[in-house]
Amino acid sequence: MRSIAFPGKFSSLDDIRDFYTEAAKEAELDKKSIYDVQLAVDEAASNIIDHAYEGEGKGEIECSYQVSPGKLEVVMRDQGKAFNPKTVKRPNLKANLNNRKQGGLGLHFMRSLMDSVEFTFNGQGGNVLRMVKTNKEPEEQSEQPTERQE
Amino acid sequence: MEIKHESLKRCVLFTVEGRIDSSTAPDLQQKINGIIDQGNFKVVVDLRGVDFISSAGLWVLVNAQKKCKRFNRGEVVLSGVSQRVRDALNLAGFIPYFNIYDDTAKAVGSF
Repeated sequence: MRSIAFPGKFSSLDDIRDFYTEAAKEAELDKKSIYDVQLAVDEAASNIIDHAYEGEGKGEIECSYQVSPGKLEVVMRDQGKAFNPKTVKRPNLKANLNNRKQGGLGLHFMRSLMDSVEFTFNGQGGNVLRMVKTNKEPEEQSEQPTERQE
Repeated sequence: MEIKHESLKRCVLFTVEGRIDSSTAPDLQQKINGIIDQGNFKVVVDLRGVDFISSAGLWVLVNAQKKCKRFNRGEVVLSGVSQRVRDALNLAGFIPYFNIYDDTAKAVGSF
């Protein structure tokens, strides 16, 4: 397991995505799953900056992970305000353009892209976000032709 | 992320390359808004070179669409949408808000 604390700034997003891309490769996730992880950790880190820290440069995002073949567990910790996902309104995906309100999309993306998303708040320990991504069984990967190794 | 724009006869063509995330989305928003605020409401955004887009980037496109479609004065159309970008638009429920063209010439020709 590796762990790196990144500054809670949007300019860290590239590095955070790269950190978890390497982790996803180490976990032998397929290409589509690796991209899903990149998008989910980007949304998670952006939410931490926007909502837990309420702005850039207020604290760090400690990123760590655990891998086993075909499975990646992402752990992201911050020292910001307690985050309760139940207070986040679900986006109305069917709204027409003019009625579509900004917000809630990051969490929706994380839940849709990862197998599980779990938030805990430990008082002084801050927020802990755990997300798991596993490779789908080959028969479920109808859209993803497997690459042939020559 | 790199953004270029070109004023054509009937529309403005934006070409975006790289990653659109919370770090780069404000720059894209500012550039597109700058053009819209000059009275250009017919806009093509060519996303062929975009290899990553988060919800922050998708909102830039939707907010631009809201501005352009107001008073029926124009619209934002998209071209060069990769499968990844299309998946993200779909996940957000944003596909119905846009006309999407495979080909940038066709997107420009739609105006």
